[in-house]
Amino acid sequence: MSRITVTVDGVTYNDEVEPRTLLVHYLREQIGKTGTVIGCDTSNCGACTVHLDGQSVKSCSVLAVQVDGSEVTTIEGLARDGLLHPVQQAFHDNHALQCGYCTPGMIMQSIDLLGDNPNPDEDEVRHGLEGNLCRCTGYQNIVKAVRDAAGKMQGGAGPEAERVSSQPSTVAGGGN
Amino acid sequence: MTATLEPELGRARKRKEDARLITGRTRWTDNLTLPGMLHLAMLRSPVAHGNITAIDVEAAKRSPGVITVLTGRDLADEQGSLPTAWPITPDMKSPAHPSIAVDGVKFAGEIVVAVVARSDAEARDALDLIEVDYDDLPVVLDMEAALAEGADLVHPDLGTNRSALWVFDSGEVGSGGDVEDAIRDSEVVVKRRFRQQRLIPAFMEPRSVVMDPTGEQFTLWSSTQVPHIVRVMMALTLGVPEHKLRVIAPDVGGGFGGKLQFHPEEVLTFLVARRLGKPVKWTESRSESLVSGHHGRDQIQDITISANSDGTVTGLKVELMADMGAYLGLVTPGVPVLGAFMFNAIYKIPAYHFACTNVFTNKTWTDAYRGAGRPEATFGIERIMDELAVELAMEPLELREKNWISHEEFPYTTVSTLTYDSGNYEAATAKAKELFDYDGLRAEQRRRRESEDPVQLGIGISTFTEMCGLAPSRVLGSLSYGAGGWEHASIRMLPTGKVEVITGATPHGQGHETAWSQIVSDQLGVAFEDVEVLHGDTQISHKGMDTYGSRSLVVGGIAVVKAAEKVVEKARTVAAHMLEASEDDLEYERGRFTVKGTDKGTTVADVALAVFAAHDLPDGVEPSLDSDATFDPENFSFPHGTHLCATEVDTETGEVSIRQYVCVDDIGIVVNPVIVEGQIHGGLAQGIAQALYEEAVYDESGTLVTGTLADYLVPSAVDLPHFVTDRTETPSTTNPLGVKGVGEAGTIAATPAVVNAVLDAVRHLGVTDIQMPTTPQRVWRAINSARGEVKADAAGATEAAAGGGLGSIDANSDNGGGAR
Repeated sequence: MSRITVTVDGVTYNDEVEPRTLLVHYLREQIGKTGTVIGCDTSNCGACTVHLDGQSVKSCSVLAVQVDGSEVTTIEGLARDGLLHPVQQAFHDNHALQCGYCTPGMIMQSIDLLGDNPNPDEDEVRHGLEGNLCRCTGYQNIVKAVRDAAGKMQGGAGPEAERVSSQPSTVAGGGN
Repeated sequence: MTATLEPELGRARKRKEDARLITGRTRWTDNLTLPGMLHLAMLRSPVAHGNITAIDVEAAKRSPGVITVLTGRDLADEQGSLPTAWPITPDMKSPAHPSIAVDGVKFAGEIVVAVVARSDAEARDALDLIEVDYDDLPVVLDMEAALAEGADLVHPDLGTNRSALWVFDSGEVGSGGDVEDAIRDSEVVVKRRFRQQRLIPAFMEPRSVVMDPTGEQFTLWSSTQVPHIVRVMMALTLGVPEHKLRVIAPDVGGGFGGKLQFHPEEVLTFLVARRLGKPVKWTESRSESLVSGHHGRDQIQDITISANSDGTVTGLKVELMADMGAYLGLVTPGVPVLGAFMFNAIYKIPAYHFACTNVFTNKTWTDAYRGAGRPEATFGIERIMDELAVELAMEPLELREKNWISHEEFPYTTVSTLTYDSGNYEAATAKAKELFDYDGLRAEQRRRRESEDPVQLGIGISTFTEMCGLAPSRVLGSLSYGAGGWEHASIRMLPTGKVEVITGATPHGQGHETAWSQIVSDQLGVAFEDVEVLHGDTQISHKGMDTYGSRSLVVGGIAVVKAAEKVVEKARTVAAHMLEASEDDLEYERGRFTVKGTDKGTTVADVALAVFAAHDLPDGVEPSLDSDATFDPENFSFPHGTHLCATEVDTETGEVSIRQYVCVDDIGIVVNPVIVEGQIHGGLAQGIAQALYEEAVYDESGTLVTGTLADYLVPSAVDLPHFVTDRTETPSTTNPLGVKGVGEAGTIAATPAVVNAVLDAVRHLGVTDIQMPTTPQRVWRAINSARGEVKADAAGATEAAAGGGLGSIDANSDNGGGAR
C-alpha cells in the first residue's frame, strides 16, 4: 500500500491505496465520488474524464499513486454555491445529454477544450471531444452546448460566467 | 392560477432529468454500496464450441478475499433455463439456455465459473487462477453452411441448426396476389443479396446488477430497460415468488434494445446472493459487455422485386436468413419477424412473399437493437428500390413517388395487412428536397462526373415508414408474442395540489419525466414543476411493460392521459357538489371547472384538498381522486419521413464523408420538440454508424475480434456530420394526442440513405454493391475491382477484420456480395 495526499473538489484526503489502484477506482470506491463513471477498459470512451491540476485526464489511465500532491476536480466539484458552471448550464440549455452517462466526462473535457481554445468553431469542438464517446445524442447538441458555453464564458458575458471564470485554476482546463 | 398556464403540448421544455446528471448526483447501479456487499466476477469461455472436461478452482478458492467459487455444476439444479418470450412458430426449435455453462459452451463469452470475493479486484484476480479444459467441437459460424446437409450442429440435441421458418404470403392470406405470378408476368425483375452485418448496441453504461437478500423481499437493482419484465421472468424462471421480489432500475445509461433482456448475470447475481445471504454486485467490463451482451441485426437478405417498365412495382419477394447466435434471448426469434410487415414500406405492392429462416451459430446471441427488424427491412426495400431505379433508368425519387401511398389514400391497408392510419409522404419529401437542394446537388453530381473529379458526389434516398409503439396486445398475441403490449399509469393527487405520476414505461435517457409532466400539466392544469414522475421500481410502479419499440409516449403517455381523465371525472362529481351545481352544468378546461353561464368555478387542486379533508363529500363518493389506467392501443404507430444524404467519395482512397444529411420526419403531434430532435439525432448517429463504421467481426475460430471500443467503432464527434432536421405533422388518428413514436425512426431511416449515397457516387464506375460498413478499404476495392485493377478473387480474399472492417467480405462480387 502507498500513502497519498490528494485534494479532490476542494477537500484534502490522506489515504492508503494499492499501487495498482486506478484514479477512477480511488475516486469512486474510496472517496465516494461516483459522479465520475467508467465506460470502458481501453481508455477509448472518456466517461471517466476529470481534471488533474487543471488538465483533463482519463482517470482510468492514471494511477492513484500518481496524483499524490495534486488537485483533482470532478464533475461534482464544478458547481459553486449552487451555481452551475457555464458548461453544465449549457449542456442543460441545449439538450446535450440524454441518458447522461457520458455527460460528466464530456463536460470535463469540454471545459478543458475551452481552456485551450476559448472560441472554437464546430470542427474544433468535434476534434476536441474526439476522445469522448456518446451513444445517445449524435453529438450535435453537445457541439452546440460547447459553443454556447464559449460565448457565455467570454469576458462580460454575465455575472455567473464571470464568477466562475475568475477562478480558473480549478474549474477551467488548459493548464491555468 | 390555471388561466395563466401556457399550453405544454409542443413546448420546448428543458429536461427535469438533467439537474442530477450534469452535476454527478447519479444513481447508476454500479454506484450502489450496501453493508457487507460482495462482488461477483465471471470467467467466460474463450472457445466458441466445446465440452467442458475439467475445471480446477482450488487455487482461486484460496486466493485472498475470495468467498466462494461456483461452477455450472454447483448451480445446475436451481438456475433453470433463460426464457424466450416469442416462440414464432409452434415447431420452433429452442435450446435449453443455461445462465452458466454446465457441460459445454456454445459461444466464446459464455459464463463458465462465477467467483465471489470481498472486492471486485480480488474476484477478478481469482479468475486468472482458474483452469478449464475444453474438448473443442466444430465451430458453426456461417448461416448458409449451417443450413447445409450434414452441417456441424450448434445444438446436436435439436438435430438441426434451423430454429424456425416463418412465412407470410399475400396470396395465401388474401391481402394480395401471388408473388411468383407477379415475377413471371413482369417486364423487369431485379434480384439482389444484401447483408445486414452484426452490430453491438454498445450502450455507454455497462450492465450492472446488485441483489440484496437481507430484507423481507429480495431487492434486485439492474441496469435494465425492463424491470417489470425482469421481475416476471425471474419468477417464472427461478420459481421465486413474484411478491417476494422487488426489481429496481435506477438511473440507466442507455439501452437501445441491448438492455431489453433477461440475462444470465441477473440470474447468477440473484442465485449467488440468495445462497450467501449477503448483498452481491456484478458489474461488467466493456470487453465483457461487447462479447456477452446481446448483439443485433445479422441477416442475409435475398430480395426480388418485379415491376412494369413504367416503374410500377408488381411484386416483392423477401427471403431472409437471420443469425440467432447460440441461444434464443427474450425476443430473439421475433426480431426478423417484425421486419416482415415493413419490407413493403410506404409502397403499394400488389403481391408480397416473406420467408425468414432463423439459424443457430456459435456466436453471441442476437436480439433487439434499436429498430429491431425494421431497420433491416427498411434497408432491404430502400436499397432494392434504388437498384430497380437503376435497372429502369429512372430517377430514384420518381420511382418511389410512383409507388407510394398518396396522402388521400389513408387509412391504407397494406399487402402485409397493417393499416396505416395517417401519413403524407409527398409533404415530407417536398420539404426534404427543398432543404437539401436536391436539384442543385444532382447538377453538381453531373458536373463532377463529367470532369472525372477524383472526389465523386452521391445522393442517397430513404423514404421510410415503420411500425412502432408495441402494443396492440391482440396483434402481439396473433404473432405468438408471450405478453401483452399495454401500458399502465397512475396519478396521485396530493392534498396541496401537487401531483405524482407513476408510469410503467421505464426511461433510460428518453426524458419521460419531462414529457409526462407536460402532458399532466395540460390535463390537470397544474404547473409543470408541480408534477413528479416516478418509475422504474416495481414497489412504486407495480405494473408496467417498460420502454422499447418506440412505445413510451404512444402507449405509456396515453395511459397517463387516460388516468388524468379519470381524475377529472372523479373531481367533477365533487366539484359539482362544492359548487352546488349539476355535473351536467360543469365545463372543464385545463384544471378548472366552471358552472356554465356563470363565473362560479373551482380547480382540480381545490377539489383535491376538499377530498383530502373529506368533510363534505357527496354520498357514496370515495375520498380519493387517485386514478389508474391501463392503455392498450388499437393499432401500431406509423411514423414516416424522407431522409436525403449526400456523400463525397474519394475514389483514390475510398474514404467516404457525409457532405449533407437532411431528414424530415413526420411523427404526428409533438409533445416536446427538443426531446424529439434529440431522439432523431441519436437515431441518425446509430443508423449512419451501421452504414459506415460498426461491425461485430468473428474470426474463423469464433472469437469476437471487435471486442473493445478500440476495435468496435462507435463513432465519435468527428465521425458524424451536422444534421439538418425538420418535421411535417400529420396527426395519428389512433390516440387522443395524435402522437407517433420517434425513438427508432432515425436509425431505421438513415442506414439505406447513406449506403445508397455511397453507391450513387461510384455506380458510374461500375460498382453495384458495397457491403456495410462501407469502409475506405471496401470502397476502394469495389472501385478498383470494377475497373479491373484488382482481381475479383483478391477482392474477396480479405475477410472482415477488427478495426472497422479493414478487410472485406466479397466487397464487389457478382451477386452483390454475400457473407461466407
